[in-house]
Amino acid sequence: MDANPNAATAVSSAAMADAMLPRRFHVARKRNETADTLTFDLAPADTSDGFSFAPGQFNMLYLFGLGEVPISISGDAEQTDRLVHTVRLVGSVTDGFADLKRGDTIGVRGPYGAGWPMDECNGGDVLVIAGGLGLAPLRPAMYHLFNHRDHYRRVSILYGARSPADIVYHDEIQRWRQQLDINVEVTVDHADLRWHGNVGVITPLVAKAEFDPANTTALVCGPGIMMRFVAATLERRGLASDRIYVSLERNMRCAIAHCGHCQLGPHFVCKDGPVLSHDRVRDILQIAQV
Amino acid sequence: MPATNDASTKAGLLRRADLQSLIDALQRNDYRVIGPTVRDATVVYDEIAMVDEMPIGRGDNQDGGHYRLTDRADDAVFGYTNGVQSWRRYLFQPRRTLWRAKREARDFVVEPETEPAPKQAFIGVRACELHAIEIQDKVFVDGTYTDPDYQSRRATAFLVAVNCGSAGGTCFCSSTDTGPRSESGFDLSLTEFLDGADHAFLVEVGSERGAEIAADLPLEAATGADRQRARAITEETAASMGRTMPVDGLKDRLQQSLEHPRWQQVADRCLACSNCTMVCPTCFCSTTEDYTDITGQTAERQQRWDSCFALDHSYLHGGSVRTSTAARYRQWMTHKLAGWIDQFDVSGCVGCGRCITWCPVGIDITEEAAAFSGDGVE
Amino acid sequence: MDGLGRIVAEHPFFAGLDLPFRELIAGCAKNVRFEAGDYIFREGADANAFYLLRDGRAALEISSGEGPMVTFQTLDPGQILGASWLVPPYKWDFDARAIDRVRAISLDAVCLRTKCEENHDLGWDLMKRFVPELSARMQAARLQLLDIYGRKS
Repeated sequence: MDANPNAATAVSSAAMADAMLPRRFHVARKRNETADTLTFDLAPADTSDGFSFAPGQFNMLYLFGLGEVPISISGDAEQTDRLVHTVRLVGSVTDGFADLKRGDTIGVRGPYGAGWPMDECNGGDVLVIAGGLGLAPLRPAMYHLFNHRDHYRRVSILYGARSPADIVYHDEIQRWRQQLDINVEVTVDHADLRWHGNVGVITPLVAKAEFDPANTTALVCGPGIMMRFVAATLERRGLASDRIYVSLERNMRCAIAHCGHCQLGPHFVCKDGPVLSHDRVRDILQIAQV
Repeated sequence: MPATNDASTKAGLLRRADLQSLIDALQRNDYRVIGPTVRDATVVYDEIAMVDEMPIGRGDNQDGGHYRLTDRADDAVFGYTNGVQSWRRYLFQPRRTLWRAKREARDFVVEPETEPAPKQAFIGVRACELHAIEIQDKVFVDGTYTDPDYQSRRATAFLVAVNCGSAGGTCFCSSTDTGPRSESGFDLSLTEFLDGADHAFLVEVGSERGAEIAADLPLEAATGADRQRARAITEETAASMGRTMPVDGLKDRLQQSLEHPRWQQVADRCLACSNCTMVCPTCFCSTTEDYTDITGQTAERQQRWDSCFALDHSYLHGGSVRTSTAARYRQWMTHKLAGWIDQFDVSGCVGCGRCITWCPVGIDITEEAAAFSGDGVE
Repeated sequence: MDGLGRIVAEHPFFAGLDLPFRELIAGCAKNVRFEAGDYIFREGADANAFYLLRDGRAALEISSGEGPMVTFQTLDPGQILGASWLVPPYKWDFDARAIDRVRAISLDAVCLRTKCEENHDLGWDLMKRFVPELSARMQAARLQLLDIYGRKS
């Protein structure tokens, strides 16, 4: 018999504090990306410790009284003093981000989940293929590729957006385009006559991208239907399904594989994902309402 | 947590007249004793102090969408099948506060919820329910992250199992290999011997702390014959079970049948009411809710049970993923019987039959599962 | 004529073209050039040619009603421009404009249609080249129609 079971309880409560309690971060910077998308730089309020994460991981962000949302991390994993998140205002919690000002506090839990397979990218060609706000979880992967450019062969970034006004990280993309060791292609679904870039869906860019199918890793994030057609195009080009990685989204309440919301077939997207190799989800993603 | 070995090496006979000594011994050891009692014409598990509060002489009649308490011809203490709700609520709370936050100017501070977990003893845990508890351990304790509230409740919980003397109308645990006899995972187990004046319980010890409580009981020596008799009782129970889950190959069949017309057929009956998930002893879905006081100065984050039958369970910006009842029933059943095995190396179904009994339209998970096997109803 | 035949055959759209077909097609071909901003054709006009793009990009534009002109697709060198020449009443359905200086081979529609009627083998060969192109563009149009990137900014 336990001499004092309450002693164990006290320890356990402290452990729970770690798992479910948000840490406080201050808004250090706020930028408009598009009319409905904002990027925040956050600085830890409770400690001077940095925030370590792997590209592709996400955090649960809490706004006082409003609730919590899963948001992927968009900053450079090698800059641990700033946590960067890009948020689209699409619901009651995210709409609250519009009211945040510099110096305000938000809660952060994380980082969670399996990120991009940066090690597997080593020594080969890398395709980074993003649609819409799907560029946000891919940005840490791109920083990693740039920071270790000599580890990879050809690096291509293919980005599709709804219109020129919907392009996120606009200035940064322009800088990337000027780099001679990266191929950057941007396309929009439609544009007015001021736009001089590509217009059309992203799949033709994938179809003509330069890569060696035997030694390429593709990192794909965007709307589900876009990822499906991009993966199909890559497979037609000879890239194996297990070298194509996609980042998935599902409802998440806990992010620690307890709440059951993020299930996709046998996977917990919060724990097994959000980044999963395409061969693990290809069949199930073709089923409606799965 | 109870030890799982040499469970049957120590045993004794407890006379029915001495059953109160079990509750007393647990209370002396600071346990809050929870056991079966009758409320709202059903058997529920709730705090009890006296044996008289238990459903003595009561049985039940269960079928798809049907539950009635009955009067037995004898004075069996554990003559009912199982409670409406399982023990889940005492380990994984239906609602709890995770933490509170106080606003301080533009800042806020977060205060963890510090309410200590109670030390509980459960009397009357059926074999299926023991398995269900072990399955929830895999979710809340054995993963990357533990749920400390569950973990501390689980670590201190004292489990008194009861081997089933009869099969309920919707039971199918012998086909899921989760009953009707508890082989391990308990602190003490009881098998009820109904012999008029010789009404007694074979008490078997499953753990060290079980042995300590047993030492406090007025036990008589048990013989090999008593043990044989206990086994014979559960064997007869197993043999009389009316339903069967076709477990062989079921996982693959379900995962390969995600577009089977049966999903729409069952959805035509299913009300998406969530009853099955509320009474299921293994369902673990929860959601979180945020509250603020009227001044907006304090906020609270609560966790409560959720169900995959709720439309907003799959809500993603722009709408829910599983808008149809067919998709939600498919999610529940394929997760329970197939995805669970991928995730936790065990099926999420323990054969307790509650989802059949408490389905308002009597949908029978064994019948639905059979529809996907070659020799099924279709 | 010889030079045009080689250019036609080297264009990706006509990859692997048989020599006799190449000569028939080259007989309908001429070199054309458009300066950046020039219209290659206008909506409603006679679709009397189709184009093999060699240099420079072209934009396909359509009026969005009261709003400004909208570009719905851009085409790169190596792609073809125009399918209305195949479908009665042979009128263009949208505007095509040169984004950069565009050099292209223009294939005369009446000439080509006549040759296809006379030589169904040529017609079938052309059909097999056009249909995948049309199918791919239809799929692209479907994806655009779904507005997959979501909410408007």
